[in-house]
Amino acid sequence: MKLIAKHGNCSGCNTCRLACAIVNFQEVNPSKSLLRIEARFPAPGDYRIIVCDQCGECADNCPEDAIRFEAGAFLVDPEACNGCLICVEVCPRDVMFERVDSDVPAKCVLCGECAVVCPREAIELTEESTKEVA
Amino acid sequence: MRPAYADCILRVNLSDESVKKEPLPEDLVRQFIGGRGFVAKMLYDEITPGTDPFDPENLLIAATGPLTGHFLPASGKTHFGTKSPATGGYADSNMGGHFGPQLKYAGYDVLVIRGKAPRPSYMVIDDDRVEIRPAGNLWGQGSLIAEKKLKDELGDAYQIVTIGPAGENQIRFACISHDFGRQAGRTGVGAVMGSKNLKAIAVKGTGAIPVADINRAYATGKQAYQKVKAKPGFEGWTPEGTAGITNWTNEVGVFPTRNFQTSFADHYEDINGQAVLERLKITDKGCFGCPTPCGKYGHTKTDQGSAYVEGPEYETIAMFGGNCVLKTIEDVAYANYLCDELGLDTISAGVVVGWAIECFEKGILTHADIGRELKFSELDSVIYLLDKIAKREGIGELLAEGVKVAAEKTGNDSDRFAIHVKGLEWSGYECRNAPSMMLAYMTADVGAHHNRAWVLGHDMAGAWTNVHDLIASETEIKAQPKAIVSDRSAEYVIESQHKRSLFDVLGNCRLQMMELGFEAEEYAELYSVITGDEKSWEDLIQVSECIWHLTRAFSAREIDGFGRHLDLPPQRMYAEPIKDGPNKGHFLSKTDIDNLLNWYYKARGWNEKGIPSKQTLLRVGLIEVAKEMENLGYN
Repeated sequence: MKLIAKHGNCSGCNTCRLACAIVNFQEVNPSKSLLRIEARFPAPGDYRIIVCDQCGECADNCPEDAIRFEAGAFLVDPEACNGCLICVEVCPRDVMFERVDSDVPAKCVLCGECAVVCPREAIELTEESTKEVA
Repeated sequence: MRPAYADCILRVNLSDESVKKEPLPEDLVRQFIGGRGFVAKMLYDEITPGTDPFDPENLLIAATGPLTGHFLPASGKTHFGTKSPATGGYADSNMGGHFGPQLKYAGYDVLVIRGKAPRPSYMVIDDDRVEIRPAGNLWGQGSLIAEKKLKDELGDAYQIVTIGPAGENQIRFACISHDFGRQAGRTGVGAVMGSKNLKAIAVKGTGAIPVADINRAYATGKQAYQKVKAKPGFEGWTPEGTAGITNWTNEVGVFPTRNFQTSFADHYEDINGQAVLERLKITDKGCFGCPTPCGKYGHTKTDQGSAYVEGPEYETIAMFGGNCVLKTIEDVAYANYLCDELGLDTISAGVVVGWAIECFEKGILTHADIGRELKFSELDSVIYLLDKIAKREGIGELLAEGVKVAAEKTGNDSDRFAIHVKGLEWSGYECRNAPSMMLAYMTADVGAHHNRAWVLGHDMAGAWTNVHDLIASETEIKAQPKAIVSDRSAEYVIESQHKRSLFDVLGNCRLQMMELGFEAEEYAELYSVITGDEKSWEDLIQVSECIWHLTRAFSAREIDGFGRHLDLPPQRMYAEPIKDGPNKGHFLSKTDIDNLLNWYYKARGWNEKGIPSKQTLLRVGLIEVAKEMENLGYN
């Protein structure tokens, strides 16, 4: 399972980010979202959808082995995490998030809700191991 | 906790940099709900009667509604309000984008700005921290450039509104700009921001908005998106957005052309939605939560220059492609970009420029007055005038006051074709064979603006029809029958004025309903599950009637000699037949115009001068307003 971003379909509405915060944190608060939308204006004038591609860089660098691969996604074990935030630093896509209300960082759990709610099919949850569309 | 709201009014006085936060008053929420309701009530109560629009004591308000920032289609609206420098009366302007939701996440439903900063400044709102900072060399920069500089400095998480040189120089149709292409365009709100020495407002919020039942609200929101996507208009409307109606407005002959001399432009296929898609567009650009983005962001190349620009949308196509007769979508887009950067409303600017060109053609304004020759269809003429206006240089000093004042000063009967109502320039629909829409423009509280009531469907099809179905029904240009003028127009206009107000109150875009036919009742359900306050659409829409009486009373209080004459369109609209196109030869008579107004006043419960009667004001609970109207000698 993997999230595929189709940047050209994105219109920057941020419906995905709001849904992510509601489903994962029960809050109407997109600042808690676990994916990012980059709005590149005035030039080149487009959007980039930055989702976790489960590359595992966070897990590889965790000194406590607190990030483990389970059912298709890397998940943070809050009991094992010591809050060092090395994972936040090493994440190549800046989608491991420091939190204001917890020492434990948060990342995409591959719930797929962003893909479900996107009104423009710009994010897809697929079982294929296809490469992200550039 | 008040579900749906941030439950806080943020008050900033720029004169002494004081900041106050207060909870939303219970009465205000109960009677006025949010957005436009809050704006109307606060302007009426808090502005000292007779305050000049550019006096520091005028207010600039940015209000959200209970649905703003929540999970439902297109909840990204912000409602700006002030006393208008264009009309001297009630003013508001609605803006899409992401600013309103961010303001709520920062913890505020409403931002109320009073006073004037001692030096050019900008405001930063970072959750509970509010700062006024010196604008430095941001002052003088274009709206888009200033926004980019602030994004680079503060970070992408900030949502920013800016003004351009036009706002700084208090051009009476200056806009407030946001997100590289959205605007609070109308009524001169940008000029008021400039008069306060305020270049920009940047806001970032990391808080949550409370919800009565988050699981139910989320499920209802998801269903709403599915229902919108299932409407035929979702596939049919979205690709071109508002620009998609350009063909239709020409086919039925309501497209303002050559300063409203006619209502059809034979080059319309070079400036329509298809042209935007094929020749300009890079990406669709949506407002917060929107499944059907109107914004088409692209790049234009002309002989005069190239630029990135959002749009043009329909109104800009009508005003520059039709009214100023620019022949290609690239030229229209370039004029759009210039207005955006300078901070001018494209609608008013298109009317003012069109009027100036006609004045030149008629010899009323000369080469010596203007500094060059002017010509319809010539991008150079448009660029020259926009630049002069924004800087108040030369002829720009006259035009910067708006078409009403410019015509009064110029004389020579030029007010016959100064296309405005109450001092606000007319937007993109020619109405000489569309009596209901004519009445909508005449009675719009902010002046001649289409968004208060859009009733062309009634004029063309005899009933309310969503815009997508309406435009899909016409495919050819044919001579239109002369419209029947009847008292039904008053009923249609009032119904539409009330419907559309409610969206501005709730803080949500109306487009999914008006253009796609998404049902009104769905919004009542969304309101109910988010606020926990069970209401039907019929319950909610009561607020709209109250707002229409209140804003009328505000203008009656603020404008000297307010009355019926201010609801009249310019003479071109009832004394000249349309020159060519599908409505050739048609026009409404002065008797038609008078009848329309009489029917409207009667249906509204207003007296023959157009003032809400005491009985009407008391019926909707505006008791203090009734007293004030009586004291002013109106009733």
